[in-house]
Amino acid sequence: MIFDEFSPSRTRRTLTAGGRTLRALGLDGPLTGVLAIIVCFGILVVYSASGQNPKMVEHHLANIAIAVTAMVALARLATPRYLRLFSPVAYVIGILLLIVVDVTGHVGKGAQRWLDIGFVRFQPSEIMKLAVPMICAWYMHERPLPPTFRDLMVMGMLILIPTAMIAREPDLGTALLIVASGLIVMLLAGMQLRIVLISIPLLGGAAFAAWHFIHDYQRQRILTFLNPENDPLGAGYHIIQSQIAIGSGGLFGKGYMMGSQAQLEFLPERSTDFIFAVIGEEFGLLPSLLLLVLYGVVIGRALYLAMQGQDTFARLTGGAIALSFFVYVFVNSGMVSGILPVVGVPLPMISYGGTSMVTLLAGFGILMSLHSHRKLIGS
Amino acid sequence: MIRRVRIKDHWAEQRIFAIRGIVAGVIVAVMLLTVATRLFYLQVLRHEYYAELSQGNRVRTDPIPPSRGLIFDRHGVVMAENLPAFQLELVREQVGGPPEIDAALARLVAIGLLDKEEIGGIKRTILSHHVYESVPVKLQMDDEEMARFAVHRYEFTGVDIRTRLSRHYPFGPIAVHALGYVAAISEQDLKHIDSATYAGTTLIGKLGVEGAYENDLHGSPGYREVLVNAAGRPVERQGAFTPKLNVKQPVAGADLILSVDMRVQRAAEDGLAGKRGAAIAIDPHTGDVIALASTPGFDPNAFARGLSTKQFDALENDIDKPLINRALRGAYPPGSTVKPFFALAALKYAVMTPEQTLFCPGHFSLPGSSNVFRDWKPKGHGSVDMRHAIMQSCDVYFYTVASKLGIDRMHDFMSTFGFGDDTGIDIPGEKPGLMPSTEWKRKAYKRAAEQVWFPGETISVGIGQGYMLATPMQLAHAVSGIASRGEIFKPRLVAAIRPAGSNTPAPRPLEPEPSMTVTADQWTVVVEGMEMATGPGGTAAAATAGSLYKIAGKTGSAQVFTIGQNEKYNEKQLSERLLDHALFISFAPAEDPKLAVAVFVENGKHGGSTAAPIARKMFDAYLLADKPVIAAPEKKIL
Repeated sequence: MIFDEFSPSRTRRTLTAGGRTLRALGLDGPLTGVLAIIVCFGILVVYSASGQNPKMVEHHLANIAIAVTAMVALARLATPRYLRLFSPVAYVIGILLLIVVDVTGHVGKGAQRWLDIGFVRFQPSEIMKLAVPMICAWYMHERPLPPTFRDLMVMGMLILIPTAMIAREPDLGTALLIVASGLIVMLLAGMQLRIVLISIPLLGGAAFAAWHFIHDYQRQRILTFLNPENDPLGAGYHIIQSQIAIGSGGLFGKGYMMGSQAQLEFLPERSTDFIFAVIGEEFGLLPSLLLLVLYGVVIGRALYLAMQGQDTFARLTGGAIALSFFVYVFVNSGMVSGILPVVGVPLPMISYGGTSMVTLLAGFGILMSLHSHRKLIGS
Repeated sequence: MIRRVRIKDHWAEQRIFAIRGIVAGVIVAVMLLTVATRLFYLQVLRHEYYAELSQGNRVRTDPIPPSRGLIFDRHGVVMAENLPAFQLELVREQVGGPPEIDAALARLVAIGLLDKEEIGGIKRTILSHHVYESVPVKLQMDDEEMARFAVHRYEFTGVDIRTRLSRHYPFGPIAVHALGYVAAISEQDLKHIDSATYAGTTLIGKLGVEGAYENDLHGSPGYREVLVNAAGRPVERQGAFTPKLNVKQPVAGADLILSVDMRVQRAAEDGLAGKRGAAIAIDPHTGDVIALASTPGFDPNAFARGLSTKQFDALENDIDKPLINRALRGAYPPGSTVKPFFALAALKYAVMTPEQTLFCPGHFSLPGSSNVFRDWKPKGHGSVDMRHAIMQSCDVYFYTVASKLGIDRMHDFMSTFGFGDDTGIDIPGEKPGLMPSTEWKRKAYKRAAEQVWFPGETISVGIGQGYMLATPMQLAHAVSGIASRGEIFKPRLVAAIRPAGSNTPAPRPLEPEPSMTVTADQWTVVVEGMEMATGPGGTAAAATAGSLYKIAGKTGSAQVFTIGQNEKYNEKQLSERLLDHALFISFAPAEDPKLAVAVFVENGKHGGSTAAPIARKMFDAYLLADKPVIAAPEKKIL
């Protein structure tokens, strides 16, 4: 329904003041609206999950402000042509920053991920979450689709270089997400299904080989995912506590700010990676499902906007942004509910933490820019 | 290389993307549905399971240890009470793993609160408790130690001072072998106690009444539900919600009212002061143990405070063996104290009449044997009847009695008085002594040649030597049987148990033992002989002179048998420790016995001069004082 209502044929109808403002900013109404609902809900949850810490909520709001600014700026100012031409630049900058991190990296949480540039600390790997799909889309832009085997190999290299660097940090979760975002571009570009089928056993072999190269704690994560009760006070603790939180929430939840798992700190990382468990515990099943529906709407709308893209770059970038968002949602909710291993992926738009919020909204800014500017570059 | 030129087909490309996009959309929907299904599974199907887990998570049940039952003497004098004490406790889960525990203990050693040698034991005890339990590492800290810990407190997490009720014995070492003591629950104890019942308890009864009545004294613990966060810290509320938490108050242990009379107990301990020995007083009409003393003793408060390994070793290796309860565990040759019993046996089996006289030349030989048994009086006692034989402790008379009775009849008769078997007193650790018989010897020895009972061996038993061994407790128990003329009771230390919250102690039932088939006349003969023994010309005359009541008694001395097998003798102690043991069994007033007493003094030489005066003090304390001489609650409990 939402898609029809805002189809091009109807966009000429009279808009409300809010609608006009959104148009002027280059934003898509439905997408912005649903994202706003999720972000607002996220503020409430962060307040509860932080143990009613106003400082953290303040921080969270500041992060949202930065992220929204980035989104609007990109949506309004970055034209698709500029975005496309900038893609290789962003990619190279990203690679350089990853090297910087590797050399002088700030050690945070036992891994070198953070870069401190005076007023703000950020993870260069976040840039890659956008830069990798964009460089792939950029590469395919002038080339006919579907990609040839050679194209796929080139894109594979473009994906693999930053991924390997990030995995070395070590940040397996982000590395996998970046691989996923690159693969999404390949698939959307029309990568032949038989290549997909052939690559599955190859990937299996690669995974087997990777087992011997990954860090012990990463191996441990996978093992405890398979059997969390093995190490209930160690690595399995996260998974067990988060399932207890969700399960004990039941249909109607324990009430806002009354989740014992979250409030009494049994749930680890409850305002960041495991915030979905707080929602499950305090609000219950129905709001959790509603949140999944909202995420579905965001993804659907984003895909729809991507499909309307006027060139390969716009379509592939948009599609990759939409589906990467889905991957984050799925990996996080899957990990928190115990169907996927624990990888450090925050819940999009809700988890406390600036980097993810900025990257995601910047991504949607790009997506909306590609959509709203399409007439300007149309032939 | 010729490259096939492909032309971009915008329409086809858009179509590819649209198809792929729609497929992606479907995949997205399916996978989100998977998560939704998982949520449904967790939140609906398994909700109860996880709800329970989360409840268990946030509510910790803290045990409230019960206060230990008090111990009173028969007049209500407090013998064991509970006083608040400060002790240093460690919670494993707050300290960390074994390396952190080692570090914390090492730090406590460094600041002088623990001994280096104790570390191993303490660590084992800590590790044998649950991670969340608070384990005492040092009991009863004094002010100076508390101050020292306070200065260094910031260095420790999970180690803190807690107030607990600790055991206190107002009379210190007095009656320690009857009372027993409490000590920190050891790794060994943990193996056989129910850890739920002992949650939060740090002390457990050992030996004596404290050990035997542990189940009564301990009580049952209560609990308090505490809201905790994941770090185990108690918190007031969770977010906006204060849940209802249950509290169950503990049930204090039952109070014990002992049969002991502290006046008599103190008299016994005063008399034994500086000696190694034991003294037991029994009410012959009930089996109540009025006093049970064994010296040297030790201060049970030291155990409640926690002994260092060094201090414990000092007690354990003391040549005087203060930790051994001589009253129950010292099996000695009873010597001449057995004579009244064998006199009774002679009457019962009619091998002698009371008036029948024997001539005592000072030595005795079995017919056809050249082996000479000497009387303690080399010149002999001349012509003696049964009464005079008891009075003067004539050995030759009882050699004769023994040879006439034979060892098996002696064994059977003495068994009715409890010789050769536990008396069944209600505290642990008793030794059975030994009342030999031909059957015993057959079983005790392997080689056929050694299994034969020689007639000469019977003769020695006739004066309480040879194979025969008895504990002071057995002698007291037996002499109470003469005092009550055969109405013998199983001895008991606990007369009544008062459950928590009750004002009326429940008396424990008396436990009579089978009556003896000895006639009144026969009893009278022996009692008269024992009265004469304490009268002019008797073996215990000096000790009983001037008493306001009549004492019937029998002295004894026995050749040395030291209880420690692996003692190191040093020259100075050697001579003293080779002297005979002194014994005295008695009851008073002779005509209407109220108290039976057995006294044993290691290397005390003569029963009459060493042991009998102690018994006299005990009789005086019991029979002459008309009110409790020790300041005590006025309420008479029994």
